[in-house]
Amino acid sequence: MSEKNIKNLEEIFEARIARDEKIEPKDWMPEKYRQTHIRQISQHAHSEIIGMLPEGNWITRAPSLRRKAALLAKVQDEAGHGLYLYSACETLGISRDELYEQLHSGKAKYSSIFNYPTITWADMGAIGWLVDGAAIINQVPLCNTSFGPYARAMVRVCKEESFHQRQGFEIMLTLCRGSEEQKAMAQDALNRWWWPSLMMLGPTDAESVHTEQSMKWKLKRKSNDELRQQFIDQTVPQADLLGITVPDPDLKWNEETGHYDFGEIDWDEFWQVVKGHGPCNKERMNARVNAWNNGEWVRDAAMAYAEKNANKKVAKAS
Amino acid sequence: MTEKRNWPLWEIFVRSKNGLEHRHFGSLHAADAEMALENARDVYTRRNEGVSIWVVESKHITASNPEQNGEMFEPAQDKVYRHPTFYDLPDEVKHM
Amino acid sequence: MKNQNLYNYILTIADNSLILAQRLGELCGHGPNLETDIALTNISLDLLGQTRSYYQYAAKISGEDKTEDDIAFLRIEREYKNCLLVEQPNTHFGYVIGRQFLFDVYHFMLMEKLQNSKDETLTAIAKKSIKEVSYHKRFSSDWIKRLGDGTEESNVKMQEAIDDLWRYTDELFLMTEAEKIMVKEGIGIDVSSFKEKYYEEVAEVLKDATLNVPENKYFTKGGKEGVHTEHMGYILADLQYMQRTYPNMTW
Repeated sequence: MSEKNIKNLEEIFEARIARDEKIEPKDWMPEKYRQTHIRQISQHAHSEIIGMLPEGNWITRAPSLRRKAALLAKVQDEAGHGLYLYSACETLGISRDELYEQLHSGKAKYSSIFNYPTITWADMGAIGWLVDGAAIINQVPLCNTSFGPYARAMVRVCKEESFHQRQGFEIMLTLCRGSEEQKAMAQDALNRWWWPSLMMLGPTDAESVHTEQSMKWKLKRKSNDELRQQFIDQTVPQADLLGITVPDPDLKWNEETGHYDFGEIDWDEFWQVVKGHGPCNKERMNARVNAWNNGEWVRDAAMAYAEKNANKKVAKAS
Repeated sequence: MTEKRNWPLWEIFVRSKNGLEHRHFGSLHAADAEMALENARDVYTRRNEGVSIWVVESKHITASNPEQNGEMFEPAQDKVYRHPTFYDLPDEVKHM
Repeated sequence: MKNQNLYNYILTIADNSLILAQRLGELCGHGPNLETDIALTNISLDLLGQTRSYYQYAAKISGEDKTEDDIAFLRIEREYKNCLLVEQPNTHFGYVIGRQFLFDVYHFMLMEKLQNSKDETLTAIAKKSIKEVSYHKRFSSDWIKRLGDGTEESNVKMQEAIDDLWRYTDELFLMTEAEKIMVKEGIGIDVSSFKEKYYEEVAEVLKDATLNVPENKYFTKGGKEGVHTEHMGYILADLQYMQRTYPNMTW
């Protein structure tokens, strides 16, 4: 195809997206669109899978049967969401095994928030409330993103995710209405998860590399800074309701802007974790790689069994 | 041993209740059809979404080529006489 | 306690579901792939749901001011009545499937009979559970066949797990005092009555899976009387951690 032809196709393609038409896997698409989507969707899928680990850490220790069942169901949902997203990604011509390979080799990224440790039960509350809260802000606009399979996966994810944040907030609320020890546990969790949650919405707009293109393709509707502001504005009143304090001395309501002003984020910490030097990067990756490697004989056995049986069927038929 | 093969991809169709058609719900990996059914049950009907499941290995689906969408689908656009609104009836005939 | 025998009888059944759910819960996020992870978690959730129904009933009939969580979390090890089989560790996936299968076949037969108990609550729980357990059995039997008749490596691993777990099967059919009394009252099930059928069905699946039925005649028992393997203490350390560290709080 000549360059002029490609340019022409690209114009038609961009016009379709601008008209809010969806792009489906077999449609022609610019290579950059394909690659960007593989990167973003797989990163999203990896985050779901790695995200199972910090919460999975508390399944055996959940303090009541009701909480245990809810947490188990929630972590299971994350596996499901990972699966929906990997499937969406596979429509772009890359296999799940290749995507795992990228994750396990450290080539692919996932959300840095999951590199923080879950050291108390209150962390289950804080993750549901803050981390899922921030995730929802990121995810809801993606239900209308331009790539059909991604948009459809996100519709399903958002629908299922609605119980996750409530589950987390309810844990926090119960702690905050409980004993002094429980309230201290809730405050401690907020102290540790607040800043990482703000970082989760991505680097500041000035530092963000992909934003403009992503806006055009509807991978993003608002900038990182706008999303962060939205998250803070909606979360601070919830902390007030819980009766715990957001660990930011500079946080205050700004009458003029109608938003909360907030303090400086420690971006050095953010980049340190992104580059693999967070508190649990190594543990998370090891857990994934071990699960995959230890499961190899199981996956091989199932495949061998399926092939034998298929052959038997053929033998019978002939 | 032959070359290593990974679990193939399957497309999952679920009937959410009797009276409705099976609809494409998504895909998943499984070694064989039996496992695909079981996995589909666990992945796609955890919230009571289904009463019947079909699975078909993705490689068995033949899809139309979007580059031929013009010849495939546009010729149907101007066959207005296939639609009821094409025909003028007096207002007195209320239901037809 | 007024209904001590019924209470104990309920726990004999319920503790199996709790401890097996706990073992499966350890695996969540660590399975051989996503689909299998999701499936095993579903089984764990089914068992947890059953546990809650039993404990809520036990709490009610205890005549004491107890909750399901008191029963689940605040007993000493000797008071847990689960069989030794369900507390065995997730050594590798073959053990997970082997343990599940050897339990599911038993569990299904028990639920089948419990549906006809004179006790209406137990009947209702059994009627709901049997559909879940029937699926568990199908799932674990299918996997026994895949692993047994898969690759050479998987056959060895699956056989190893079955051989190791075999010694815990006999206990499933031993009758505690509470069970004997409940059988007399038409509430409990005589588990020894389906022992033969159990071993037949298990043998059939193992044969299909090209696995050997172990010939080991030495069995280990004690779980149903509260004498557990060394693993149990660690299971309880996790399970009870919160309730023991922070007593008398609402979560």
